[in-house]
Amino acid sequence: MNRFSKIVFSAVFATVLAAPAVMADPAIVYSVGGKFDGSFNESAYSGVKRFEEATDKTVREFTLERDAQSLQALRNFASRGNTPVVAIGFNQANALGQAAPEFPETDFAIIDMVVDKPNVRSYVFKEQEGAYIAGLLAAMASKSGTIGFVGGMDIPIIQRFLCGYKLGALSVNPDIEILSNMTGDTPAAFADPVRGGEIATSQIKRGADVIIQAAGGTGLGVLQAAADAGILGIGTDSNQNGLHPGKVLTSIRKRVDNAVYDSFQSAQNGSFEPGIQVLGLADGGMDWVLDANNKMLVTEDMKTAADAAVSRISDGTIKVHDVITEGACPV
Amino acid sequence: MSAGQLPRWVDLGLIPFLNLAAAFLVSGLVVVLIGENPLEAVKILVWGSLGYGEGIGFTLFYATNFIFTGLAVAVAFQAGLFNIGGEGQAYVGGLGVAFACLALDHYVPWYVTLPFAILGSALMGAAWAFIPAWLQATRGSHVVITTIMFNFIAASFMGYLLINVMKKPGSMQSETRTFEDGGRLPFLNDIFPSFGFGYAPVNLSFFVALAACVLVWLLIWRTKLGYEIRAFGQNATAAVYAGMPPVRIIVVTMLISGGLAGMMAINEIMGSQHRLLSDFVTGYGFVGIAVALMGRAHPVGIVFAAILFGMLYQGGAELSFEMPSITRDMIIVIQALVILFAGALEHMFRPTIVRLFTPSRALETKEA
Repeated sequence: MNRFSKIVFSAVFATVLAAPAVMADPAIVYSVGGKFDGSFNESAYSGVKRFEEATDKTVREFTLERDAQSLQALRNFASRGNTPVVAIGFNQANALGQAAPEFPETDFAIIDMVVDKPNVRSYVFKEQEGAYIAGLLAAMASKSGTIGFVGGMDIPIIQRFLCGYKLGALSVNPDIEILSNMTGDTPAAFADPVRGGEIATSQIKRGADVIIQAAGGTGLGVLQAAADAGILGIGTDSNQNGLHPGKVLTSIRKRVDNAVYDSFQSAQNGSFEPGIQVLGLADGGMDWVLDANNKMLVTEDMKTAADAAVSRISDGTIKVHDVITEGACPV
Repeated sequence: MSAGQLPRWVDLGLIPFLNLAAAFLVSGLVVVLIGENPLEAVKILVWGSLGYGEGIGFTLFYATNFIFTGLAVAVAFQAGLFNIGGEGQAYVGGLGVAFACLALDHYVPWYVTLPFAILGSALMGAAWAFIPAWLQATRGSHVVITTIMFNFIAASFMGYLLINVMKKPGSMQSETRTFEDGGRLPFLNDIFPSFGFGYAPVNLSFFVALAACVLVWLLIWRTKLGYEIRAFGQNATAAVYAGMPPVRIIVVTMLISGGLAGMMAINEIMGSQHRLLSDFVTGYGFVGIAVALMGRAHPVGIVFAAILFGMLYQGGAELSFEMPSITRDMIIVIQALVILFAGALEHMFRPTIVRLFTPSRALETKEA
C-alpha cells in the first residue's frame, strides 16, 4: 500500500475511527460459545449487566467467532483505551499472554486460566469442589443406587468436574454406581439439547434416578428428560432450579458473574490488582443453590451433610482430586 | 448456453462481479433492516480487511487456509468427485505437522522442519481420504457420504489423542506443548517489515499455498494424470472406454485432494498457533467448497476467491467490532449470501448476459 492511498483511506475512514470517543469503559471478550450460551458466557454477561446497572457505564462487548480473533480483539480494545479488558475462557490465555505486555498501562483479567503477567488478574475456579457437593447430594437422593453424569465435549475441565462428582458420591455410598457419558468430541457437544435428552434417557433406562449435566446448552435437554421421566436433574454454572421446579435437585453455580463484576468494580475503584484468584467453595466462587424450587427435595440430612462437606473442603480437611494438576482420576 | 458463447472477460470477470454485487446489495438490505448504515458497514468491512497492513495480513492469513482447502475441493471436482471431507483431512493433517515439529523443533531450524511438516501433513491428510476413496472406487459408496462421516471420526480420533495421549500435562486446554523456534514458520512481518503486517499471523506458508496453486495447475493441465482426471470428470464412461483405470484415478485424485486439505494445517499449526490444539480447523474445510465453486475449480480463480473470503472473515470481524449491533451471526449471513449468489445462483444472471452479448458477437462473426 503506497503513501497516497494510505492518506485517502485515513481521510475516508477518519469519521469511522473517531466514533469511539468515550474512553476508559471496561470491555469484555466472550468465548466462541457465545454470549447467550445459557451457562458459562451468559454468567459472565450477567456480571456485565449488574455492573452496567450499578454504575451507568457501558461495557464494550465482543464475541469471538474463532479463537484466532482473540488477540486482535484484546488489542483492539486495549488500544482504544478500554480498561479493564476481560477475556472469558481458557482458550484466550495464549492471546492474552501476548497482548498484555504490549499494553502495560491497561488492566486485563482472564477467567478459567492463569496468565502470569504483571497487569493480568487471573480467576480460576475449583469446579471439582462444587462437583463433589453435587455427587454427595445425588448419592443421598438416589433410591436406585445409580446416578448419572452427562458431560458436553470431552475436555479436561469436564473430566475434572466428573472426577469431583464421582468422589462426592462415593464418599457417602461406596457401592453407588455412576453412569457417565460425554455428548461428543466437538464444541457442538455443548449446544445439542436433543442428544443430551437422549443420553439422559438411556441412563434413566439403565437405572439412574439422579442425573447431573455438565454440558452447557446440551444440559437443558438433560434436565428436560429427567423432569419428563420423573427423576431428578442437577443444574450447573447458573441457577437452573427454576427450569423444572421440584425436578432439579440443586444447581452447582460457578460464579463467573462475580469474577467479572469484581474485576470491573475494582478497576473502577482503582483497587485492581494483578495475580491469581482461585475461587472455590470457601470463598463463594462455587456454591450449591437451595431455594423455593428445590427445598422439598433436599432433606435435613442432605443439607447437613452438604454443609459439613462444604466446611471441610473449605478448611482443607477434604481435598478434592484435581485431574488437571494431579493426573488421572483415582476412581 | 455454455460458457463458450461469452467472451472470456465476461465469463471470468463480469459475471462473478455481478454475482458479488447482488450479494452485497442484499446484505446491505439486511444491514438496513437492523438499523445500521450499509455504506458505513461496507467501508468498515473494506477498510478492516484491506485498509492497513495488519488487516491485509489477517486477510492473507485466512486466504492461505482457503487456498489449501479450495484447491483440495477443486482437484477432486476435476474428477467429478465431491470431497466434502476437507474439514477432517485438515484436522488429521495437523497431526502430521505436529509430529514433525514436536520431533525436530529442539534440534534443527524451521527450514529443516518445514519439508517434513509439509510431507507429514500431506501424508496424514491423504491417509484420511484414502478409505473413502477406496470405498468409492471399488464399492461405489458415495464420497459425499463417506467423507462427511470421516469428519466426525476425525473429530473423535483427534479429541482422543489430544486429551489422552498428546496433551501437555497440567493444561486446561486439549493441546500439545508449544513448539520451539525450530517448529515455527517465520511471520511475513519479520521477513518484510516494510509492509507493516504488524501482529497478523500471515506467515511463510502463504508462499507454500501459492506454490501449491502452480503445482496443481501443472498437474491438472500439463500432465497425463491431469488429463485422465479431467477426462474422467467430464465423462467417466468415455474415460473408462478409452482405457483409463477408474479405480486408480479415483483413489489418486482423492489422495491428492486429501493431501492438499491436510496442508492447511501448516498455516494454522506451524505458522500461527505453534501447537496442535483441538478444533483448529473451525470450518475452513467447508468454506473451501465455496471457494472452489466460486473460483471455478481453477487455481487462479481459487486465489481470488480465497482472498475474497479472507476479506469477509477479517473485515467481518472488524465490522462486528465497530458496529456491535452487527453480531457475528450477521457476518455469517453476509458470508452465506455471497456463497448463495456466487455459488448456487451462479447461473442467475447468465441468460441475460448471454442475450446482451450475443447480437454484437453475431455481428462480429458476420463482418469477419
